[in-house]
Amino acid sequence: MTRISAAFLPLTDSAVLVAAREKGFAAEQGIELDLIRSESWATLRDRLVYGQVQAAHMLAPLAIAVTLGLSQHPASISAPFKLSVNGNIFVMGTVFAAALDPDIARRVEDPIATAHDFAAAIGLYRRKPVIGIVHRFSCHALLLRYWLGYAGIDPDRDLVLRVLPPSLMAAALEAGEIDGFIAGEPWSTVAVQAGSAEIVMVGARVWQRGVEKVLAMRTEWMDANAETVDRLLIALDRAAAWCDDPAHHGELAELLARREYVGQNAEAMLPTLAGRLIVRSGEAPVEVPATMLFHREAVGFPWRSHALWIYSQLVRWGMAEPSPEAEARAADVFRSDIYRRALADTGAPMPGASLKVEGALSKPMGVGSHSAGLILGPDRFFDGKTFDPADIEGYLRSFG
Amino acid sequence: MRIVIVDDTGLRASILEDGLAEAGFDDIHIVPPRGGFVARIERLAPDVVLMDLGSPSRDTLEEMLVVSRALARPIAMFVDHSDDDMIGAAIDAGVSAYVVDGLRKERVKPILDLAIRRFNAFAKLQSELDEARTVIADRKTIDRAKAILMKSRNLAEPDAYALLRSTAMNQGRRIVEVAEALITASDLLGDGA
Repeated sequence: MTRISAAFLPLTDSAVLVAAREKGFAAEQGIELDLIRSESWATLRDRLVYGQVQAAHMLAPLAIAVTLGLSQHPASISAPFKLSVNGNIFVMGTVFAAALDPDIARRVEDPIATAHDFAAAIGLYRRKPVIGIVHRFSCHALLLRYWLGYAGIDPDRDLVLRVLPPSLMAAALEAGEIDGFIAGEPWSTVAVQAGSAEIVMVGARVWQRGVEKVLAMRTEWMDANAETVDRLLIALDRAAAWCDDPAHHGELAELLARREYVGQNAEAMLPTLAGRLIVRSGEAPVEVPATMLFHREAVGFPWRSHALWIYSQLVRWGMAEPSPEAEARAADVFRSDIYRRALADTGAPMPGASLKVEGALSKPMGVGSHSAGLILGPDRFFDGKTFDPADIEGYLRSFG
Repeated sequence: MRIVIVDDTGLRASILEDGLAEAGFDDIHIVPPRGGFVARIERLAPDVVLMDLGSPSRDTLEEMLVVSRALARPIAMFVDHSDDDMIGAAIDAGVSAYVVDGLRKERVKPILDLAIRRFNAFAKLQSELDEARTVIADRKTIDRAKAILMKSRNLAEPDAYALLRSTAMNQGRRIVEVAEALITASDLLGDGA
C-alpha cells in the first residue's frame, strides 16, 4: 500500500476524495488515502506547499495564484484532475432578497434579470451590502464578479467583499456581519434551511459548466511519483463515477455528513446532489440540472482553457499582471497530459484536444474522442459571451 | 518589536505570551479572531502576527495582508522560506506566523522557535487534560456498573469489580467497555438499577 495524505475542506464537493477512501476505490489501486480536514484555504495551501500532504482538494484559482506567487512565495502546483464542476450558490439575507423577484423559480432561471434587480436593490439598500466570499482566489468570487459586472456593478466599489470561511458564513449572516454570501455547498443550503437567507443566483446558471475544485499537487512531487499519481487518478475517476450515480446519492450524503468530513445533516447535502434546490425555506424546491457534477462529460479532465479563463478573470479584476509568461504558467497548472497518461487504458472517454472555446455549446454535443462516446454538456455563459483561449486580450477588451 | 497573538483559547495565548515575555519581548497583544479582529490588528500595526494554523479565520487575515500589500506594507508567511525544517515544525505544532517583509530573519527566528515550543507544550497539556477527563468519566461509568451488579446480583463491591474485570479479560475488552455494555443492557431491560 502506498500512503497518500490529502487535505480537504468540509464541503459537498470533497465527495470524490471521501468516496475514494470510504468506498475502497483508493485501496483497490493500492493506495491508503488519509484525508486531513482543514478549516481554511490558507491551512490547506500551507499543508500542500510545505509537503505535509501530497495532494489537496483546492480552489482552482488558488492553485493558479500559488503558482504565480500572487499572494505569497510562489510554489509550482499542478492540477492533473478536476474534482467537480459547478456547485456554487449565492444567497442573500431575507431583507435584501425581498427586493428581488418574488417568483423564486424565475429569479434563479433568469440570471440576467436578477443581476439588474440586484443592481437596483443595491441602490435602495441603506448602505453598501457586505458580501461574504470564501477566498479572493476562488471560483465563487470570480463568478460573482462576472455576474455582477454584467449589470454594471463594480464589486470593488459598489459592494464590500469580506473573506470568511464557509463554515462560519451562516452564523455571520445571522449576526448581521454580512448581508449575503457565496460559498460552496452545503453552506448556502444550511443558511436557507435555517430561514435566514434565500438563494439569489446559482453558479450553474451563470456558467453552465464552470470549473470548480481541482486535485492539486506539488509539481515536483507529481513528477517524482508518476506511477502513484496514475493509480490515484484511476481511483478518483472510479470514485467520481460512483458519486455521480443518483442511486448512490443517499449513501454519499450520509458519508459526507459524518463529523470527520462535512459534519452537517445529510439533508443539507441532498439538494445539490439531486439538483433540486430549496430557494426559500418552506417552499417547493426548484429544479436546477447539473447543480454539481463529478464524472459525466469527462468532468475530471483539466481543460487548459479552464485555467486560462481563470487567468483572464484574475487579470480583468487587477489581481494578476498580464504577461505571456504568466499566461503560459497559468495554463500549465492544468495538466491534461497527466490525466491522459493515467486514464489512457481505462476506457475513459478522452477529449481529443486540451483547449476549447468556452461557452460555445448551447446543447449537448458529441466531440472528437480517442475512445467513443464523449458527449459534452452545454457550457454557455449567461451573457452569451464566448471565451477563445487564443485571444485573451480581445476577450478582456469586450468587457470594456 | 510588536507581536500580535490571534487566539481564542485563553490558555494557549497566555502560555505563548508568558514565554515571549520571559524572552524579553514586552510589546505583546492578544486579539481573539472574532468580529472585527482584522481592523484591530491593522490599528496595532504589528511586526509579527502569530496564529493557530487550524484557525478558520486565517483566510480573513490573509485577505487583509494582501490588501495591505497594495498599501506598501508587505507581509509574508514564515521568515526564511528556505528553512523547510523550521516551517515543517511550525506546521506540525500548528503555528502560523505572519511577518513584515524586510524584518531580518535573525530577529524573527527566536520568536518562531519559541512559538513552536509553546504550541507543543500547550498541545501536551491539552492531551493530558483530555486524558484526565477520560479517566474521570471512565471511573464514573465503572462505578455505575458496579452498583448495578451489587444490586442485581447481591455482590459486595470488590466482587462486583472482580466480575467486571474477569469479564473484560475473557472477552479481550477494556473494563469500561464492559461497564458501558452492562449499563446499556440494564437501561434496556429497565430493571430499575
